[in-house]
Amino acid sequence: MKLGVDPVACRGNGSCADLLAELIDLDEWGYPLLSPDDVPAHLVREAKGAVSACPALALKLRR
Amino acid sequence: MTTSTGVRKLPERPLDLDGHLRTYGPPAFPSSTAALTAELAAAGVVGRGGGGFPAARKIGAVGRARTVVANGCESEPFSRKDRVLLERSPHLVLDGLLVLARTLGAEPVLCAREHVPEAARRAAGERGVRVVVVPGGYVSSEESALANFLRTGVALPTAKPPRPTDLGVLVHNVETLADVALVVRLGAERYREQATRLATVTGDVARPGVVETRASATVGDLLDLAGPTAPLGAVLAGGYGGRWVRPDEPLRGSGVLAALRADRCGLCETTRVLRWLASQSARQCGPCRFGLPAIAEDFATGAWDRLRTRLPVVTGRGACAHPDGAVRLAASALELFPHRTSTHPVHCGGSR
Amino acid sequence: MTQALWFASRGTGLVSMLLFTAVVVLGVLTRGGAASRRWPRFAVAGLHRYVSLLALGFLVVHIATATIDDYAGIRWVDAVVPFGSAYRPVALGLGAVAFDLLLAVILTSLVRARMSYRAWRAVHWLGYAFWPVALVHGLLVGDLDLVYVVVLDGVCLLAVAAAVAWRVDLRQKEEVAA
Repeated sequence: MKLGVDPVACRGNGSCADLLAELIDLDEWGYPLLSPDDVPAHLVREAKGAVSACPALALKLRR
Repeated sequence: MTTSTGVRKLPERPLDLDGHLRTYGPPAFPSSTAALTAELAAAGVVGRGGGGFPAARKIGAVGRARTVVANGCESEPFSRKDRVLLERSPHLVLDGLLVLARTLGAEPVLCAREHVPEAARRAAGERGVRVVVVPGGYVSSEESALANFLRTGVALPTAKPPRPTDLGVLVHNVETLADVALVVRLGAERYREQATRLATVTGDVARPGVVETRASATVGDLLDLAGPTAPLGAVLAGGYGGRWVRPDEPLRGSGVLAALRADRCGLCETTRVLRWLASQSARQCGPCRFGLPAIAEDFATGAWDRLRTRLPVVTGRGACAHPDGAVRLAASALELFPHRTSTHPVHCGGSR
Repeated sequence: MTQALWFASRGTGLVSMLLFTAVVVLGVLTRGGAASRRWPRFAVAGLHRYVSLLALGFLVVHIATATIDDYAGIRWVDAVVPFGSAYRPVALGLGAVAFDLLLAVILTSLVRARMSYRAWRAVHWLGYAFWPVALVHGLLVGDLDLVYVVVLDGVCLLAVAAAVAWRVDLRQKEEVAA
């Protein structure tokens, strides 16, 4: 599974980076920099949490 | 209309429907989508709107086709080839459009700006093709923005997936469609022998304008045709979202060339273009909306180190390729122009 | 027994009002991206959700105690169908309207991931309608005769107004930048 973001929906809220600091960083303007690798198994639950926490529903988890 | 170099897309004088039929003969319609894509693939037809994507592959990717769009918007400020083509040979473009529309069973549409040539409007009327005037700026003629406009009335790019082809909308540059029209008449082999391309040459040249040359022509060939007014330092290839190249580079296949004299500051030109590109952002995606003005200001103030760390962060993170073009331009400027040793921005007056 | 239920209903109604005011303020803060070192954005968002469920709990008790009590003859159906009650139809009707709006907001939020974001947002905006209706319901039902209720409602009003003003100002600043 890989992380993805809808760039139009994303508002730079940053909740995702707080919840999944291992895989998500923020650029200087507050927008997410996602790790391009597959989400490791032990972080899948956190990743799903980050997806549902995004207020804009912009963060996605894709196969 | 054959010359020693073959069948041309751009006639000397504008052609009306009769003139068009006399010159090119009647249009030919392929037997199936498969036949059409096979012919186009063999002919090596690629998109002439800047993307260069193989036309056959794009057509093959369309699911259930609803609309075929001839993109005549030509938002690139330096480019003139599309409007000249629509002025002089609109029927050739419409042939290609109607071939695709009929083969795929979709509605043909010509998208253009307010100043669409009258000849093109008339020709579209004669052939039963709807003309849609597209509002907005630079990014509104990107293919997903066009598809979005036709669907919702909002001329802004959308996030992919889904691509326009996934939604049944096939967008092609008008010159690409002219190529399609020629391929179905001549067949792939004959087309390849004499394939031409249109290019706009502008900037510090004596004869700026649109030329039709062999597809294999290089930057140097085109500059020779246009005649530089002074020794050139660099050429901007591919328009505002393109890249700087040396005048003697054997680069093929750019539809827009802007020549820059050696005694003019390439960094200032780049700053001007970057500022304009920043103003044209759709402002939908953070990295573009905030990143483009930031790198433009870095160029204006000569903040080269910060710029180097910013460029990789701004590219590839938007819904469309607009920020990617700006980054490509900026990176090529850093590569070509001696920024650390030049006196820019001091001598250029810094921010203009 | 009736007295106790009546007081319980009033008490839980007041607490619900305070909690829902906090919910609205937290919602505005979430939308505006407010955060501190101790309370990162996802925590503000999470607090907004948890407090709304807590407030809903108090609200359910408020409605239950009001309907169980036979004294005023309020039926369960009066909690969702407005203006049909025998006792003070307007005041109670507003409570029912508020509750209906709240149910729409809460139910859509529970299935947020399964619906279009735009639709969810449109319904969520009803929260801005729910809150003032609830406030007026509280004032009308109490006849404005309890000073502390009016004062508390005034504080709630100030809190929401401040939050909205902060958000509008932030929005204007965002438009100017870049």
